Amino acid sequence: MSTTTTQPATDAASSTMREEGSRLMKEWYARLSTANERKAPVANVFVMGNAVEILRTFDFELVFPEINSLQTGVRKTSQEYISLSEDYGYSPDVCSYVKADVGLILKENEHPAGLIPKADLAVSSNMCGTFIKWAEIWERWLKTPVFVLDLPGQRAAGWQARPGDAQHAADTRWIEAQFKDLIEKCEKITGKRFDMDRLAEVEERVNKQVDHWNNVMALNQNVPAPYNAMLDGLTYIGIMNVHRGTEEGVEFMRRLEAHTRAKVARGEGRVAEERFRLLFSGTPCYVSMRRLVELFETWGGVFAYSDYLTFAAGGMDAADMRYDTSRPLESLAEVTAMAAHRGLSNQFFAHERLAQQIKDYAVDGIVFHGIKSCRFVSSGMADTREFLNKRLDIPTLYIESDLIDPRYWSDAQIKNRVDAFFEALQQRAGGAPLSRSKTVSA
Amino acid sequence: MKYVAGVDVGSTQTKAVIVDENRNIVGRALLDMETSMVTVAEDAFRAALDNAGAAESDVVWVAGTGYGRYKITFGKEQITEISCHARGAVTLFPLTRTVIDIGGQDTKAIRVGPDGKVEDFTMNDKCAAGTGRFLGAASYALEMPLSELGPLALKSTNPVRITTTCTVFAESEIISHLAKGILPEDVLMGVHQAITSRCVSLARRVGIEPEVTFTGGVSRNQAMVKLLEAQLGMPINVSQDAHFCGALGAALFSHDRMFGEGAKAAPAMAEEA
Repeated sequence: MSTTTTQPATDAASSTMREEGSRLMKEWYARLSTANERKAPVANVFVMGNAVEILRTFDFELVFPEINSLQTGVRKTSQEYISLSEDYGYSPDVCSYVKADVGLILKENEHPAGLIPKADLAVSSNMCGTFIKWAEIWERWLKTPVFVLDLPGQRAAGWQARPGDAQHAADTRWIEAQFKDLIEKCEKITGKRFDMDRLAEVEERVNKQVDHWNNVMALNQNVPAPYNAMLDGLTYIGIMNVHRGTEEGVEFMRRLEAHTRAKVARGEGRVAEERFRLLFSGTPCYVSMRRLVELFETWGGVFAYSDYLTFAAGGMDAADMRYDTSRPLESLAEVTAMAAHRGLSNQFFAHERLAQQIKDYAVDGIVFHGIKSCRFVSSGMADTREFLNKRLDIPTLYIESDLIDPRYWSDAQIKNRVDAFFEALQQRAGGAPLSRSKTVSA
Repeated sequence: MKYVAGVDVGSTQTKAVIVDENRNIVGRALLDMETSMVTVAEDAFRAALDNAGAAESDVVWVAGTGYGRYKITFGKEQITEISCHARGAVTLFPLTRTVIDIGGQDTKAIRVGPDGKVEDFTMNDKCAAGTGRFLGAASYALEMPLSELGPLALKSTNPVRITTTCTVFAESEIISHLAKGILPEDVLMGVHQAITSRCVSLARRVGIEPEVTFTGGVSRNQAMVKLLEAQLGMPINVSQDAHFCGALGAALFSHDRMFGEGAKAAPAMAEEA
């Protein structure tokens, strides 16, 4: 009996872009490691709801503590950092990103990617309750000045404030007022005057970047999918964050779109034989992401899309979410009011969004990833999964591990669930030919 | 006569089933787990062959299932126990729409469609609460064989409430109840109720539709059967072969492959990585 195992294609285009993305990340970390020495202003920010556009105009070097933490996972050193904070007294139930960051502080900012600079400002928000408590740790331990943005979230099930609503106008005014306070604080810290023209320039670049990124995501609607959303895609959104609003960031995204288009034109897919297209919903298991992707790709399963690619890249996936650079500050507030809560905390609409994306990306099933140390992002999954599975007859798989805590990765259990999911998908498809069998002599 | 086989290497026991060309179960074997999965799998396979009175040379295909499925060196195919239990249950009770399997360290609930195919499944995660291991803890604490737990529990008139969900802590909770003078049958009924609650909760996640078929080693426990029926509010199917359901499913997938009928429903194997 023949053995045809589906393997990842050695696609030069996406690996080139992944390598280039990794190079940009390395350069960013290298620059961070000299920031205090250069006396450059440094700000800690979260991936979502962060007002990076304003901070860029003051030339802040940006530290993303979430990215620092996930990078300890990617580099297989997260356990060391997490243990340090647990030895200090943090409960195992606390968010593993926070614990890795506390471990980083206890290690005097020695990160596997380089020295992380001390921040002059931290911009937090109510996007997640933990963000607020996390920033309090910096405030109390390190005396970091903290600015907490209060971003209005969901108002009612089934209804979301949109441009044109009185509620959206009120939300915008509330956010804009806070941005003005933030600007004042930045002026005091940096000794620079705020420059509205520079904000417009940054926003112009973000608009271009977002256009390219949205096109890159949409290109994965092609069959075969040119890249894996949960492998290549994670590198790409890293750049969307650390290079948000920079020339390098725009150029990377422009080239990424061109490369991806070329791959599509050549009909090249991420895997040699794409048999199943999937959507990954939730936050990745960074410490075991390669392994997880491998478990899926062995079956010819490719993650064509993930909602993470949208919400962890700023949430500006709708056409009306672009900055109007003729009125930069107001527009920043308008978009923030819509985009910031889009993925992370707004789970009322997850099923609608996913139902549409299932069609757009022609996926065969959805994989939900619950996070052991974050019930917040996992809480709505049960309802969403039930809706999709029972009402729309979409096959779903729920697996659970963690962002970066390797102790929650149970390989045999996860492999068992993944294999059973594919067996069911295959049966559902009427039984694809048993081409992937191997013969072991009896 | 040619035969096919299914071997289910679980966490506590290994089961093997031999099926003939006409889909009849002709041999069974059940062995406790030992240190070497490879040896137990081979021994169970040979014991099932002896039981069937069949020669190994007449077995044309062997499929493995269970956590130790990749340890079955003589197996030609590996299929997860989710697919196998569903297949076995639907074969034993064709109107099955929900399968509840309680094994040594896994509890799973599987929803199957009218065509017998798996539609959804859920399993206990990172914790053996609600699995056979919970009964193992009770057996150890009470110094009583597993087979006697169910009958004794059924004598209970005033069951205690076991509050811990942790299998390890359950043992100390059981001991503390016994130390307070609570009757063993009342403690045991509490243990059975705790497992049932966890298990029914899992089943509700996939949606419980009749008929419900109970598989796995714990299905031999009468107290568990009664409690499940009471909590689900419906009768459940339990076959004499419920313990062999995974192995039976694996054997039937082997049958599909070798003898054609239903070949399209057979899942392909995943390779060990």
